[in-house]
Amino acid sequence: MTLVSLQTLYVIAGILLTCIAINTVKNRAHLRRVGTALFWGALAAIYLFGGHLPPLAIGWIMLGLVALAATRQITAPKETPVPAEQRASEALRLGNRIFIPALVIPATAVVSTLVLSKIPLGGVRLFDPKQPTLAALGLGSLLALIVALRMTRAKPRESLHEGGRLLHAIGWAMLLPQLLAALGGIFTKAGVGEVIARLVTDTFPTGNPFVAVVVYCVGMALFTICLGNAFAAFPVITLGVGLPIIVQQHHGNPAIMAAIGMLSGYCGTLLTPMAANFNLVPAMLLELRDPHAVIKAQAPIGLTLLAVNILILDFCVYRF
Amino acid sequence: MMWLKLIGIPVVAIGFALRLNTLLVVMAAGIATGLAAGMTFNEVLELFGRLFIENRYMTLPVILIAPVIGLLERHGLRERAETLIRRARGATAGRVIFLYSLVRQISIALGVNIGGHAGAVRPIIAPMAEGAAHAQHGPLPDETRDTIRAHAAAAENIGNFFGEDVFIAVGAVLLMKGVFDAQHIEVGVWPLALWGIPTAIAASFIMAWRTRVLDRRIRRETNATQGKEEA
Repeated sequence: MTLVSLQTLYVIAGILLTCIAINTVKNRAHLRRVGTALFWGALAAIYLFGGHLPPLAIGWIMLGLVALAATRQITAPKETPVPAEQRASEALRLGNRIFIPALVIPATAVVSTLVLSKIPLGGVRLFDPKQPTLAALGLGSLLALIVALRMTRAKPRESLHEGGRLLHAIGWAMLLPQLLAALGGIFTKAGVGEVIARLVTDTFPTGNPFVAVVVYCVGMALFTICLGNAFAAFPVITLGVGLPIIVQQHHGNPAIMAAIGMLSGYCGTLLTPMAANFNLVPAMLLELRDPHAVIKAQAPIGLTLLAVNILILDFCVYRF
Repeated sequence: MMWLKLIGIPVVAIGFALRLNTLLVVMAAGIATGLAAGMTFNEVLELFGRLFIENRYMTLPVILIAPVIGLLERHGLRERAETLIRRARGATAGRVIFLYSLVRQISIALGVNIGGHAGAVRPIIAPMAEGAAHAQHGPLPDETRDTIRAHAAAAENIGNFFGEDVFIAVGAVLLMKGVFDAQHIEVGVWPLALWGIPTAIAASFIMAWRTRVLDRRIRRETNATQGKEEA
């Protein structure tokens, strides 16, 4: 038995999303009331009952949600912002105490990772052993909410409203990370990786050890750019290019190859809109006007690190 | 006909080029790829549905953190973060962002996840960086403010990605070990983790360079607008 399981967190998230959907329905000033409410309501249902609904039904629901997004039916409500003076006076009243709830989240993560997750309480575990970080984060945000409510003397309704404001700022992009993960799964099932691995080995003169290293690192980055996920690219490119050429043909060190190969994949993650929860969702969350602004800030770093990875791998993999 | 399986890649490229809705592009690419691989329409949708459910955990952090952060913002969290940093001598946007990426990288390398775009960057790091730039150069043009925020988000990603693999219990290291185990190749988790260190160090140096460039850019952009106002 676990006290904080992933399932509990799904239900809490589902209830929260239900409240946002209900608030949207009640808000007569909202221009796209119906579409927006349907969107948050469907997302709530997926969190609450996702495990019990047939996957085909979820697939059709998703198709409906995508249609809503494509026809611009999902929008944030128009809001009169809280006056800056009011926020400033609150900042003055609370002082540095305002940081306490925000620090409760990482503090809970530290304590849970280092201590709580290791203590079994007679068959009852505090955290889901499969997803300790997520469970710690869930617990941390609940504790932080309690502290924040006490400190600000706000009503729970208010935190719901303000949380809704943040989620509305993200809007339909909330679906992207999961949808892209699903696309990656479909690519894998369809055998896209094998085709790419063959294409790469047929095209480049991998008989040269340096070319082999370049092909492996760039292949990891490119395939990650297509899939948005280095974990999905790793088995395909490593089994298709890395192992047969770098390890078996040129006798390279497999541990070095894998470590640097994965990191080359991460360079690809920095460059692609397909890695939605790292690159697109933050742009929405920070209310940037250009959805690709985060990718543009990262591109020079990603490309430089890819070059560095190629050099490190070429220097080390055939030597150690 | 194996090339047909790659149809999803041009669909994504064309969709993004035409600036169609991203959800639409992704779903179309998935359906095209599934059909090309011989699945029926309903089979593709079923697969989409199943994978979508399995990956629910991805959006969970943002949903759970939103009510706390929203509430704190309403009560002046961002303003306080700005005030705090304005008092610090020598603070610049670039230094705030670099320091965050370094702390993020070291803590995740020790197996502790302290960050996140929703939990740290939006409420604290981005306002601090903006506050530092404001204290130094006065009011920021919208474009400069967006650039600072984008770099703060980038620091989160880079700290997270290039610190993570140094910790052996992390998913990436276990995935690599799993792939080798399946091929009956003996590789320990320690070398996999240790060989992540050179890139992690390189990433910090590149961040240091990148954030210095950011500071120079902020100075240039704020000078330009102030010059205009005076003229």
